[in-house]
Amino acid sequence: MAGFLLRRLANYAVLVVLAASLAYVLAACALNPRANLMDRSPRPSASVVETELTRLNLNDRTPLPRRYLTWADGVLHGDFGHTWEGQSVNGEMWRRAWVSLRLLLGGAVLGGVLGVLLGAFGAMRRDRFPDRAATFGSYLLLSVPVFVLAVLLQYTAERVNAMTGARLFAWVGESTPGAGDGTFGGLDAFADRVRHLLLPTLTIAFGQAALYARYQRGLMLDVLGADFVRTARAKGLTRRAALLRHGLRTALIPMTTYFSYTFGMLLLGSMFTEKIFGWHGMGEWLVDSISRGDVNVVAATACFAAVTVLLAGVCSDVLYGILDPRVRTRMR
Amino acid sequence: MTGAMRGRPGRGRAITGAVLLLLLFLLAFGGPLVSPWGWDDIDFTAFLSPPTAQHWFGTTQSGRDVFALTLRGMQKSLIIGLSVAVLSTGLAAVVGTVAGYLGGWADRALMWGVDLLLVLPSFLVVAVLSPALGGSWQALVALLAAFLWMVTARMVRGMTVSLREREWVLAARFLGVGACRTIVRHVLPHLASLLLVDAAVNVSVAILAESGLSYFGFGVRPPDTSLGTVIAESRGSATVFPWLFGFAAGLLVLIVLAVNLLADGLRDVLDPQLSPVSAAPEPSASGPPGPSGRPDAADGTRAGAGRPAVEGSAG
Repeated sequence: MAGFLLRRLANYAVLVVLAASLAYVLAACALNPRANLMDRSPRPSASVVETELTRLNLNDRTPLPRRYLTWADGVLHGDFGHTWEGQSVNGEMWRRAWVSLRLLLGGAVLGGVLGVLLGAFGAMRRDRFPDRAATFGSYLLLSVPVFVLAVLLQYTAERVNAMTGARLFAWVGESTPGAGDGTFGGLDAFADRVRHLLLPTLTIAFGQAALYARYQRGLMLDVLGADFVRTARAKGLTRRAALLRHGLRTALIPMTTYFSYTFGMLLLGSMFTEKIFGWHGMGEWLVDSISRGDVNVVAATACFAAVTVLLAGVCSDVLYGILDPRVRTRMR
Repeated sequence: MTGAMRGRPGRGRAITGAVLLLLLFLLAFGGPLVSPWGWDDIDFTAFLSPPTAQHWFGTTQSGRDVFALTLRGMQKSLIIGLSVAVLSTGLAAVVGTVAGYLGGWADRALMWGVDLLLVLPSFLVVAVLSPALGGSWQALVALLAAFLWMVTARMVRGMTVSLREREWVLAARFLGVGACRTIVRHVLPHLASLLLVDAAVNVSVAILAESGLSYFGFGVRPPDTSLGTVIAESRGSATVFPWLFGFAAGLLVLIVLAVNLLADGLRDVLDPQLSPVSAAPEPSASGPPGPSGRPDAADGTRAGAGRPAVEGSAG
């Protein structure tokens, strides 16, 4: 198993390099930072634009292979270059990745656990009221785009705030400036952060839970009539125990792939949530950098996304090996 | 029990979804015929007007009729969503089954391609490339389809790998049935429920992705419009001017809901394994193993003999 994973890792490393390079080349070809720089006011002179672009390694008059090599050389030394404003990409990236992680972890875990439980529960009570309610709920949630769900949640929060007269929910940014200055200091600041976290976490968790519930229900239904579940019942297990111990375990195996990849992609995929709730994380950075033509940032976020997805892939391989004995024997 | 009495359990949902979808199609393509305003008309006498007899859904900040805009957006969303889902699920089925069934270098090469596409952040590539490709909706369909199929392909491959060693597939192979025919006749039917659920989710994912891209201004480009563009126009003022947000958002949700209902209903209707199980929650009733054509009936009696053979041949 260790050898298998090592081979897999080496394969993944090649993929990351390829993906990041592809993203850089695509972004460098398609985006146009020159036009953006020219639009600054006061309008910079041609020579200033030229030197600025060259300094940031964004000059489209430099041949693409040269620019790529300069960028790749920097990345190999752990330097992703500079943003359009001239800041270092590295520092900004770590800061933003941390912001995104703080936002996503709660939502993803909450959504995943809720979804799997809801899906398995629904499948076991197939076509009875709880199943119908859960299925309809997840239908509805899956049909609501994030940017609509977020607005609806904001609207509800506004009403709740108005009704209770207290600021139960807050939805702009990560914290209120000066929230920790009160008598309770750190405690107040913490409560304030939690208040800010509530709505975006719910936004993410709802979408995730609905997705997982649907897949889990489908997979669980496929398992319900399987022979090994019948065998488990024949050896004397109750229906519930047979389904949980044998059915759920089997039905969870394909889910691991979904779970890891969805979390890997969430890191970038939360751009709507970040944009709407004003969190300055990776997703927001990506959207802004594409519309600004900031090639270095686009390449850096692509690289970041590639690494997270591949880490998710490794996790999925390991989990698959743990959960499915057939895969384990084949790996030898 | 009652499910069996009423016939196939998913029929109601499938029909509801289909009818709803048909109505939405009619609205999207028939609505513009009765609307007094075109989607690109500007009414200089009504800026940001709430719904009136003149403008059924109100007007935007620039005086465009929200009803006409929303219908135009619906047309785009419907066409894009359906074509992307068909393309991407088809691709996933082909690549996944071929890789899983053939194994060896074909498997490795295909899965490597899947991995490469998976690590490229799809939103980024589509957002960067779609304007560069001219911003037409056909280009957007191709781009979206190219980045939606990979996870399903991996899952399909995984299931094909285990199906490949099942008795009926082995039997077909030993009888000399070709790979292509075996995949179509003996592997794909067992993936149908997965592919259907996936196609359903893909229609919704495609519509949501398209509207999301358009929401940020990377998808359908102005002057043309999509539901995402309409919703984006209400950004920040959705609670103040609800007609800018509500109609487009509501119709978008309805479209996706209809597709989901239809596909989930179809899944239950088409799946041969489900009806005996749903009719028989108690083991006493599940004793007779359903109609004779069911492959699992044969599998059940030989499960003990079948499993070691799998590991022996794979190890």
